[in-house]
Amino acid sequence: MAKLGPSGYSPYPVAMYEDILTPPPGKALLFNEIVDEEIAMREAAKAMLTRENPTIFPGPQVLYAWNEEAKEKARLVRKIAETLGAKIIPMYDYRPKYPKIDPEKEINPNHPNLTIWHNNIKACIFIGVHCHYANVALKIIRAETDCFTIAMCGNAGHEDAMITLRDQHTEELEKFIRVAEEVKKELGK
Amino acid sequence: MSYKIFKINEDLKDFMPPEIVDLEEKATWGNPKRGVMDLPYSKELIEEHSLCAGCPESAAFRYILASLPNPEDTIIVNSTGCTSLVFPHIALHTVHSLFGNQNAVASGIKRVLEWRFPDKVKDVIVLAGDGATVDIGLDCTLQSFFRQEKITTICFDNEVYANTGGQESGMTVKGHVFKMAPKGKQWDKVPMWQLAIDSGCHYVVRMTVSSPKKVEKVIKQAIYVAREVGPTYIHLYTPCILEIGLNADDGLEEMRRTDKERFKFFEYMTDAAKEVIERKKEEGLI
Repeated sequence: MAKLGPSGYSPYPVAMYEDILTPPPGKALLFNEIVDEEIAMREAAKAMLTRENPTIFPGPQVLYAWNEEAKEKARLVRKIAETLGAKIIPMYDYRPKYPKIDPEKEINPNHPNLTIWHNNIKACIFIGVHCHYANVALKIIRAETDCFTIAMCGNAGHEDAMITLRDQHTEELEKFIRVAEEVKKELGK
Repeated sequence: MSYKIFKINEDLKDFMPPEIVDLEEKATWGNPKRGVMDLPYSKELIEEHSLCAGCPESAAFRYILASLPNPEDTIIVNSTGCTSLVFPHIALHTVHSLFGNQNAVASGIKRVLEWRFPDKVKDVIVLAGDGATVDIGLDCTLQSFFRQEKITTICFDNEVYANTGGQESGMTVKGHVFKMAPKGKQWDKVPMWQLAIDSGCHYVVRMTVSSPKKVEKVIKQAIYVAREVGPTYIHLYTPCILEIGLNADDGLEEMRRTDKERFKFFEYMTDAAKEVIERKKEEGLI
Protein backbone atom coordinates (compact mmCIF):
# COMPACT_ATOMS: atom_id res chain seq x y z
CA MET A 1 0.00 0.00 0.00
CA ALA A 2 1.01 3.60 -0.40
CA LYS A 3 2.23 3.82 3.16
CA LEU A 4 4.65 6.35 4.53
CA GLY A 5 8.15 5.64 3.36
CA PRO A 6 10.95 5.05 3.06
CA SER A 7 9.74 2.12 1.04
CA GLY A 8 13.01 1.57 -0.79
CA TYR A 9 13.61 1.10 -4.46
CA SER A 10 13.15 -2.63 -4.66
CA PRO A 11 11.25 -4.02 -6.42
CA TYR A 12 9.39 -0.84 -7.44
CA PRO A 13 8.21 2.01 -5.25
CA VAL A 14 5.16 2.35 -7.42
CA ALA A 15 1.75 2.21 -5.80
CA MET A 16 0.23 0.92 -9.04
CA TYR A 17 2.20 -2.30 -8.57
CA GLU A 18 0.27 -2.69 -5.32
CA ASP A 19 -3.12 -2.36 -7.05
CA ILE A 20 -3.52 1.28 -6.09
CA LEU A 21 -5.07 3.34 -8.85
CA THR A 22 -5.96 6.99 -9.05
CA PRO A 23 -9.38 7.82 -7.58
CA PRO A 24 -12.56 8.03 -9.70
CA PRO A 25 -13.93 11.51 -10.49
CA GLY A 26 -15.38 13.26 -7.45
CA LYS A 27 -13.38 11.11 -5.02
CA ALA A 28 -9.93 11.23 -3.50
CA LEU A 29 -7.30 8.76 -2.42
CA LEU A 30 -6.19 8.55 1.20
CA PHE A 31 -3.30 6.07 1.33
CA ASN A 32 -4.92 3.07 -0.35
CA GLU A 33 -8.55 4.01 0.28
CA ILE A 34 -10.94 5.83 -1.99
CA VAL A 35 -12.69 8.44 0.13
CA ASP A 36 -14.80 11.58 -0.24
CA GLU A 37 -12.85 14.63 -1.27
CA GLU A 38 -13.65 16.48 1.95
CA ILE A 39 -12.31 13.67 4.14
CA ALA A 40 -9.05 13.64 2.18
CA MET A 41 -8.85 17.43 2.40
CA ARG A 42 -9.24 17.30 6.19
CA GLU A 43 -6.49 14.70 6.50
CA ALA A 44 -4.25 16.69 4.18
CA ALA A 45 -4.76 19.86 6.22
CA LYS A 46 -4.16 17.90 9.43
CA ALA A 47 -0.89 16.47 8.11
CA MET A 48 0.32 19.88 7.01
CA LEU A 49 -0.63 21.48 10.34
CA THR A 50 0.87 18.82 12.57
CA ARG A 51 4.00 17.57 10.82
CA GLU A 52 7.38 19.32 10.75
CA ASN A 53 8.36 21.84 8.09
CA PRO A 54 5.24 21.69 5.96
CA THR A 55 6.10 22.86 2.45
CA ILE A 56 4.22 23.61 -0.72
CA PHE A 57 5.97 22.89 -4.02
CA PRO A 58 4.19 24.94 -6.68
CA GLY A 59 5.12 23.96 -10.23
CA PRO A 60 5.27 25.93 -13.49
CA GLN A 61 1.55 25.61 -14.10
CA VAL A 62 0.76 27.91 -11.16
CA LEU A 63 4.01 29.90 -11.02
CA TYR A 64 3.62 31.45 -14.45
CA ALA A 65 0.74 33.68 -15.59
CA TRP A 66 0.01 31.71 -18.73
CA ASN A 67 -3.77 31.92 -18.34
CA GLU A 68 -6.40 33.45 -16.06
CA GLU A 69 -6.89 30.28 -14.01
CA ALA A 70 -3.15 30.11 -13.30
CA LYS A 71 -3.22 33.65 -11.92
CA GLU A 72 -6.13 32.84 -9.63
CA LYS A 73 -4.55 29.56 -8.55
CA ALA A 74 -1.32 31.38 -7.62
CA ARG A 75 -3.29 33.68 -5.31
CA LEU A 76 -4.97 30.67 -3.72
CA VAL A 77 -1.70 28.76 -3.31
CA ARG A 78 -0.29 31.69 -1.39
CA LYS A 79 -3.43 31.77 0.77
CA ILE A 80 -3.15 28.03 1.44
CA ALA A 81 0.48 28.53 2.53
CA GLU A 82 -0.55 31.32 4.89
CA THR A 83 -3.42 29.27 6.32
CA LEU A 84 -1.26 26.19 6.90
CA GLY A 85 1.84 28.11 7.97
CA ALA A 86 3.72 26.33 5.20
CA LYS A 87 6.87 27.29 3.35
CA ILE A 88 6.84 27.68 -0.43
CA ILE A 89 9.67 26.24 -2.51
CA PRO A 90 8.97 26.90 -6.17
CA MET A 91 9.68 24.29 -8.84
CA TYR A 92 10.04 26.81 -11.60
CA ASP A 93 11.47 24.52 -14.25
CA TYR A 94 12.84 21.04 -14.71
CA ARG A 95 16.33 21.79 -15.94
CA PRO A 96 18.91 19.51 -14.32
CA LYS A 97 21.54 21.03 -12.14
CA TYR A 98 25.16 20.77 -13.22
CA PRO A 99 27.86 20.10 -12.36
CA LYS A 100 26.86 18.55 -9.07
CA ILE A 101 23.88 18.09 -6.82
CA ASP A 102 23.74 16.97 -3.24
CA PRO A 103 21.52 13.88 -3.34
CA GLU A 104 20.99 14.01 0.38
CA LYS A 105 19.42 17.42 0.09
CA GLU A 106 17.88 17.47 -3.32
CA ILE A 107 15.84 15.32 -5.64
CA ASN A 108 17.84 14.70 -8.74
CA PRO A 109 17.71 14.84 -11.73
CA ASN A 110 14.22 15.97 -12.43
CA HIS A 111 13.69 18.47 -9.69
CA PRO A 112 16.79 20.46 -8.94
CA ASN A 113 14.71 22.82 -6.88
CA LEU A 114 12.76 20.18 -5.01
CA THR A 115 14.67 20.28 -1.77
CA ILE A 116 14.09 17.68 0.89
CA TRP A 117 16.66 18.98 3.36
CA HIS A 118 17.96 15.63 4.59
CA ASN A 119 14.32 14.55 4.97
CA ASN A 120 13.47 17.38 7.33
CA ILE A 121 10.37 18.25 5.33
CA LYS A 122 7.77 15.91 6.76
CA ALA A 123 4.72 17.04 4.80
CA CYS A 124 4.38 18.60 1.40
CA ILE A 125 1.87 19.54 -1.25
CA PHE A 126 2.58 19.25 -4.97
CA ILE A 127 0.52 21.67 -7.02
CA GLY A 128 0.89 22.79 -10.61
CA VAL A 129 3.71 20.35 -11.27
CA HIS A 130 3.45 18.69 -14.67
CA CYS A 131 2.15 15.14 -14.15
CA HIS A 132 5.10 13.23 -15.58
CA TYR A 133 7.53 15.08 -13.31
CA ALA A 134 5.22 14.88 -10.30
CA ASN A 135 5.05 11.10 -10.81
CA VAL A 136 8.82 10.72 -10.80
CA ALA A 137 9.37 13.03 -7.84
CA LEU A 138 6.61 11.43 -5.75
CA LYS A 139 8.08 7.98 -6.38
CA ILE A 140 11.54 9.14 -5.32
CA ILE A 141 10.24 10.83 -2.18
CA ARG A 142 8.18 7.78 -1.27
CA ALA A 143 11.16 5.50 -1.81
CA GLU A 144 13.69 7.51 0.15
CA THR A 145 11.90 9.51 2.84
CA ASP A 146 8.99 9.46 5.25
CA CYS A 147 7.63 12.74 3.95
CA PHE A 148 3.83 12.86 3.83
CA THR A 149 3.08 13.76 0.23
CA ILE A 150 -0.13 15.38 -0.94
CA ALA A 151 -0.86 15.81 -4.64
CA MET A 152 -3.35 18.51 -5.64
CA CYS A 153 -3.73 17.63 -9.26
CA GLY A 154 -5.70 19.34 -12.01
CA ASN A 155 -6.06 16.04 -13.80
CA ALA A 156 -6.46 12.44 -12.59
CA GLY A 157 -4.20 12.47 -9.50
CA HIS A 158 -1.10 10.52 -8.47
CA GLU A 159 -1.31 7.13 -6.80
CA ASP A 160 2.17 7.48 -5.26
CA ALA A 161 1.12 10.38 -3.06
CA MET A 162 -0.20 9.61 0.42
CA ILE A 163 -3.20 11.78 -0.40
CA THR A 164 -4.25 12.56 -3.92
CA LEU A 165 -6.91 15.10 -4.73
CA ARG A 166 -7.96 15.11 -8.37
CA ASP A 167 -9.54 17.78 -10.62
CA GLN A 168 -8.39 20.57 -8.35
CA HIS A 169 -9.29 23.93 -9.79
CA THR A 170 -9.99 27.30 -8.21
CA GLU A 171 -13.28 26.22 -6.67
CA GLU A 172 -11.69 23.16 -5.05
CA LEU A 173 -8.74 25.18 -3.77
CA GLU A 174 -11.15 27.63 -2.13
CA LYS A 175 -12.91 24.66 -0.54
CA PHE A 176 -9.55 23.35 0.71
CA ILE A 177 -8.82 26.70 2.35
CA ARG A 178 -12.19 26.59 4.16
CA VAL A 179 -11.53 23.03 5.32
CA ALA A 180 -7.98 23.92 6.43
CA GLU A 181 -9.30 26.86 8.48
CA GLU A 182 -11.80 24.55 10.21
CA VAL A 183 -9.13 21.93 10.97
CA LYS A 184 -6.83 24.63 12.27
CA LYS A 185 -9.55 25.77 14.70
CA GLU A 186 -10.22 22.20 15.83
CA LEU A 187 -6.51 21.69 16.51
CA GLY A 188 -6.45 24.95 18.46
CA LYS A 189 -3.73 26.46 16.22
CA MET B 1 3.25 29.69 -27.43
CA SER B 2 3.86 33.19 -26.24
CA TYR B 3 6.49 34.81 -24.12
CA LYS B 4 3.75 35.18 -21.49
CA ILE B 5 4.82 31.77 -20.27
CA PHE B 6 7.82 33.51 -18.72
CA LYS B 7 5.61 35.97 -16.86
CA ILE B 8 5.63 35.06 -13.21
CA ASN B 9 2.43 35.27 -11.16
CA GLU B 10 2.69 38.28 -8.86
CA ASP B 11 1.45 36.31 -5.86
CA LEU B 12 4.37 33.88 -6.01
CA LYS B 13 7.08 36.19 -7.30
CA ASP B 14 8.60 36.66 -3.82
CA PHE B 15 9.56 33.00 -3.76
CA MET B 16 11.26 32.85 -7.13
CA PRO B 17 15.05 33.00 -7.37
CA PRO B 18 16.50 36.17 -8.93
CA GLU B 19 17.78 34.43 -12.06
CA ILE B 20 14.25 33.36 -12.95
CA VAL B 21 12.79 36.80 -12.18
CA ASP B 22 15.52 38.26 -14.41
CA LEU B 23 14.37 36.03 -17.27
CA GLU B 24 11.06 37.82 -17.15
CA GLU B 25 12.27 41.33 -16.44
CA LYS B 26 15.63 41.62 -18.18
CA ALA B 27 15.60 39.10 -21.02
CA THR B 28 14.96 40.38 -24.52
CA TRP B 29 11.72 38.67 -25.47
CA GLY B 30 9.51 40.00 -28.23
CA ASN B 31 12.19 42.21 -29.77
CA PRO B 32 13.41 41.09 -33.21
CA LYS B 33 16.17 43.70 -33.04
CA ARG B 34 17.83 41.96 -30.12
CA GLY B 35 21.48 41.09 -30.64
CA VAL B 36 24.92 40.56 -29.16
CA MET B 37 25.11 44.19 -28.04
CA ASP B 38 22.41 43.34 -25.47
CA LEU B 39 24.67 40.77 -23.81
CA PRO B 40 26.20 43.04 -21.14
CA TYR B 41 22.86 44.58 -20.18
CA SER B 42 20.21 41.91 -20.49
CA LYS B 43 19.53 38.53 -18.97
CA GLU B 44 20.97 35.83 -21.19
CA LEU B 45 18.91 32.82 -22.18
CA ILE B 46 21.77 30.59 -21.06
CA GLU B 47 22.05 30.34 -17.31
CA GLU B 48 25.36 28.54 -17.02
CA HIS B 49 27.27 26.12 -19.17
CA SER B 50 29.22 22.98 -18.51
CA LEU B 51 31.82 23.45 -21.24
CA CYS B 52 35.51 23.90 -20.53
CA ALA B 53 36.83 27.28 -19.43
CA GLY B 54 37.50 29.44 -22.48
CA CYS B 55 35.71 27.11 -24.89
CA PRO B 56 34.99 28.98 -28.15
CA GLU B 57 31.84 26.89 -28.52
CA SER B 58 30.41 28.53 -25.41
CA ALA B 59 31.05 31.96 -26.97
CA ALA B 60 29.36 30.82 -30.18
CA PHE B 61 26.44 29.55 -28.14
CA ARG B 62 25.97 32.88 -26.38
CA TYR B 63 26.18 34.90 -29.59
CA ILE B 64 23.69 32.65 -31.35
CA LEU B 65 21.18 32.73 -28.50
CA ALA B 66 21.52 36.51 -28.29
CA SER B 67 20.89 36.86 -32.04
CA LEU B 68 17.72 34.79 -32.44
CA PRO B 69 15.07 37.18 -33.74
CA ASN B 70 12.18 35.24 -32.25
CA PRO B 71 13.43 33.27 -29.23
CA GLU B 72 10.00 32.82 -27.67
CA ASP B 73 8.93 30.89 -30.78
CA THR B 74 12.17 29.14 -31.61
CA ILE B 75 12.80 25.43 -31.21
CA ILE B 76 16.38 24.22 -31.23
CA VAL B 77 17.19 20.66 -32.21
CA ASN B 78 20.55 19.43 -31.03
CA SER B 79 22.54 16.27 -31.10
CA THR B 80 25.09 14.42 -29.04
CA GLY B 81 28.24 16.41 -28.40
CA CYS B 82 29.77 18.88 -25.98
CA THR B 83 26.89 21.30 -26.49
CA SER B 84 24.27 18.74 -25.62
CA LEU B 85 25.34 19.23 -22.00
CA VAL B 86 24.45 22.91 -22.27
CA PHE B 87 21.00 22.59 -23.78
CA PRO B 88 19.22 21.68 -20.57
CA HIS B 89 20.30 25.04 -19.13
CA ILE B 90 18.91 27.30 -21.79
CA ALA B 91 15.54 28.99 -21.47
CA LEU B 92 14.24 27.83 -24.86
CA HIS B 93 12.49 24.80 -26.24
CA THR B 94 15.09 22.23 -27.22
CA VAL B 95 14.95 18.68 -28.49
CA HIS B 96 17.83 16.28 -28.12
CA SER B 97 17.72 13.92 -31.07
CA LEU B 98 19.58 10.72 -31.68
CA PHE B 99 23.16 11.21 -32.87
CA GLY B 100 22.96 12.30 -36.51
CA ASN B 101 19.17 12.47 -36.69
CA GLN B 102 18.88 16.16 -35.93
CA ASN B 103 17.91 17.43 -39.38
CA ALA B 104 15.27 14.74 -39.80
CA VAL B 105 13.77 15.59 -36.40
CA ALA B 106 13.88 19.30 -37.19
CA SER B 107 12.13 18.70 -40.52
CA GLY B 108 9.26 16.96 -38.75
CA ILE B 109 8.97 19.65 -36.10
CA LYS B 110 8.95 22.43 -38.68
CA ARG B 111 6.27 20.76 -40.78
CA VAL B 112 4.02 20.07 -37.81
CA LEU B 113 4.42 23.61 -36.50
CA GLU B 114 3.51 25.07 -39.88
CA TRP B 115 0.39 22.93 -39.92
CA ARG B 116 -0.54 23.52 -36.29
CA PHE B 117 0.25 27.26 -36.13
CA PRO B 118 -0.27 28.56 -39.69
CA ASP B 119 -0.64 32.14 -38.46
CA LYS B 120 2.56 32.20 -36.41
CA VAL B 121 6.25 32.35 -37.23
CA LYS B 122 8.10 29.44 -35.69
CA ASP B 123 11.81 29.08 -36.30
CA VAL B 124 13.44 25.67 -36.14
CA ILE B 125 17.21 25.65 -35.79
CA VAL B 126 19.60 22.72 -35.76
CA LEU B 127 22.70 23.13 -33.62
CA ALA B 128 25.10 20.21 -33.81
CA GLY B 129 28.76 19.39 -33.98
CA ASP B 130 30.77 18.30 -36.98
CA GLY B 131 30.44 14.61 -36.11
CA ALA B 132 26.65 14.80 -36.03
CA THR B 133 26.30 17.08 -39.05
CA VAL B 134 28.93 15.76 -41.43
CA ASP B 135 29.91 12.25 -40.37
CA ILE B 136 27.17 10.29 -38.69
CA GLY B 137 24.31 12.56 -39.75
CA LEU B 138 25.41 13.51 -43.27
CA ASP B 139 22.54 11.60 -44.81
CA CYS B 140 19.88 13.34 -42.71
CA THR B 141 21.59 16.71 -43.16
CA LEU B 142 21.78 16.54 -46.95
CA GLN B 143 18.34 14.97 -47.34
CA SER B 144 16.80 17.88 -45.47
CA PHE B 145 18.53 20.24 -47.92
CA PHE B 146 17.31 18.22 -50.91
CA ARG B 147 13.75 18.38 -49.55
CA GLN B 148 14.07 22.15 -49.15
CA GLU B 149 13.05 22.06 -45.49
CA LYS B 150 12.72 25.56 -44.08
CA ILE B 151 15.23 25.10 -41.28
CA THR B 152 18.56 26.67 -40.35
CA THR B 153 21.42 24.25 -39.73
CA ILE B 154 24.38 25.46 -37.71
CA CYS B 155 27.45 23.25 -37.46
CA PHE B 156 29.96 23.74 -34.66
CA ASP B 157 33.11 22.48 -36.32
CA ASN B 158 35.93 21.70 -33.90
CA GLU B 159 37.53 19.34 -36.42
CA VAL B 160 37.58 16.39 -34.02
CA TYR B 161 35.40 14.15 -31.85
CA ALA B 162 36.42 16.10 -28.78
CA ASN B 163 34.37 14.86 -25.87
CA THR B 164 35.14 11.21 -26.54
CA GLY B 165 38.88 11.69 -26.34
CA GLY B 166 39.99 12.98 -29.74
CA GLN B 167 39.10 10.74 -32.69
CA GLU B 168 39.42 12.18 -36.19
CA SER B 169 36.24 13.28 -37.91
CA GLY B 170 35.38 14.03 -41.51
CA MET B 171 36.10 17.65 -40.71
CA THR B 172 39.61 17.00 -39.42
CA VAL B 173 42.26 18.60 -41.61
CA LYS B 174 44.52 16.22 -43.57
CA GLY B 175 47.61 15.35 -41.59
CA HIS B 176 46.26 16.44 -38.17
CA VAL B 177 47.19 14.11 -35.32
CA PHE B 178 44.93 13.59 -32.31
CA LYS B 179 45.18 11.39 -29.25
CA MET B 180 43.01 8.70 -30.81
CA ALA B 181 44.25 9.35 -34.36
CA PRO B 182 48.02 8.90 -33.95
CA LYS B 183 48.80 8.27 -37.63
CA GLY B 184 47.30 11.56 -38.69
CA LYS B 185 44.28 12.13 -40.93
CA GLN B 186 44.79 10.46 -44.30
CA TRP B 187 42.16 12.36 -46.30
CA ASP B 188 41.08 15.91 -46.93
CA LYS B 189 38.60 17.83 -44.83
CA VAL B 190 35.04 17.48 -46.15
CA PRO B 191 34.00 20.76 -47.84
CA MET B 192 30.62 20.80 -46.14
CA TRP B 193 29.78 24.38 -47.13
CA GLN B 194 30.16 23.38 -50.80
CA LEU B 195 28.04 20.26 -50.28
CA ALA B 196 25.37 22.51 -48.74
CA ILE B 197 25.38 24.75 -51.81
CA ASP B 198 25.23 21.80 -54.19
CA SER B 199 22.42 20.24 -52.16
CA GLY B 200 20.15 23.26 -52.45
CA CYS B 201 20.83 25.56 -49.48
CA HIS B 202 19.87 29.14 -50.19
CA TYR B 203 22.26 30.79 -47.79
CA VAL B 204 25.59 29.29 -46.76
CA VAL B 205 28.32 30.78 -44.61
CA ARG B 206 31.67 29.52 -43.36
CA MET B 207 33.34 31.54 -40.62
CA THR B 208 34.85 31.53 -37.16
CA VAL B 209 33.15 33.12 -34.15
CA SER B 210 35.91 35.67 -33.54
CA SER B 211 33.60 38.56 -34.42
CA PRO B 212 30.33 38.62 -32.45
CA LYS B 213 28.61 41.27 -34.59
CA LYS B 214 29.35 39.31 -37.72
CA VAL B 215 27.96 36.14 -36.14
CA GLU B 216 24.78 38.02 -35.25
CA LYS B 217 24.31 39.28 -38.79
CA VAL B 218 24.85 35.86 -40.33
CA ILE B 219 22.53 34.09 -37.89
CA LYS B 220 19.72 36.57 -38.49
CA GLN B 221 20.14 36.40 -42.26
CA ALA B 222 20.13 32.60 -42.20
CA ILE B 223 16.98 32.48 -40.07
CA TYR B 224 15.06 35.01 -42.18
CA VAL B 225 15.98 33.19 -45.38
CA ALA B 226 15.03 29.81 -43.91
CA ARG B 227 11.63 31.20 -42.87
CA GLU B 228 10.68 32.30 -46.35
CA VAL B 229 12.81 30.48 -48.91
CA GLY B 230 14.39 27.21 -47.83
CA PRO B 231 17.29 25.55 -46.03
CA THR B 232 20.26 27.57 -44.83
CA TYR B 233 23.60 26.36 -43.51
CA ILE B 234 26.19 28.01 -41.28
CA HIS B 235 29.55 26.41 -40.68
CA LEU B 236 31.30 27.80 -37.62
CA TYR B 237 34.83 27.04 -36.53
CA THR B 238 34.80 26.50 -32.77
CA PRO B 239 38.18 24.92 -31.98
CA CYS B 240 38.52 22.49 -29.11
CA ILE B 241 41.33 24.18 -27.21
CA LEU B 242 41.76 21.12 -25.03
CA GLU B 243 42.34 18.74 -27.95
CA ILE B 244 44.69 21.02 -29.85
CA GLY B 245 46.69 21.84 -26.74
CA LEU B 246 45.88 25.48 -26.15
CA ASN B 247 45.30 27.41 -22.96
CA ALA B 248 41.88 28.65 -21.89
CA ASP B 249 42.63 32.17 -23.13
CA ASP B 250 43.97 31.09 -26.53
CA GLY B 251 40.67 30.24 -28.24
CA LEU B 252 40.07 33.71 -29.66
CA GLU B 253 43.59 33.95 -31.08
CA GLU B 254 43.22 30.53 -32.68
CA MET B 255 40.03 31.66 -34.41
CA ARG B 256 41.57 34.95 -35.53
CA ARG B 257 44.47 33.00 -37.02
CA THR B 258 42.21 30.67 -39.00
CA ASP B 259 40.09 33.68 -40.08
CA LYS B 260 42.83 34.31 -42.58
CA GLU B 261 43.32 30.67 -43.56
CA ARG B 262 40.95 27.77 -44.01
CA PHE B 263 38.05 29.51 -42.26
CA LYS B 264 38.25 32.72 -44.22
CA PHE B 265 34.77 34.27 -44.31
CA PHE B 266 32.78 32.71 -47.13
CA GLU B 267 29.21 33.60 -47.96
CA TYR B 268 26.87 32.28 -50.63
CA MET B 269 23.29 33.27 -51.29
CA THR B 270 20.75 32.61 -54.02
CA ASP B 271 18.79 35.43 -55.64
CA ALA B 272 15.72 34.53 -53.58
CA ALA B 273 17.79 34.72 -50.39
CA LYS B 274 19.29 38.03 -51.44
CA GLU B 275 15.84 39.50 -51.94
CA VAL B 276 14.81 38.47 -48.39
CA ILE B 277 18.00 39.83 -46.87
CA GLU B 278 17.67 43.17 -48.68
CA ARG B 279 14.08 43.49 -47.55
CA LYS B 280 14.95 42.71 -43.94
CA LYS B 281 17.75 45.24 -44.07
CA GLU B 282 15.30 47.88 -45.28
CA GLU B 283 13.01 46.95 -42.40
CA GLY B 284 15.92 47.52 -40.03
CA LEU B 285 15.91 43.95 -38.76
CA ILE B 286 19.46 43.12 -39.84
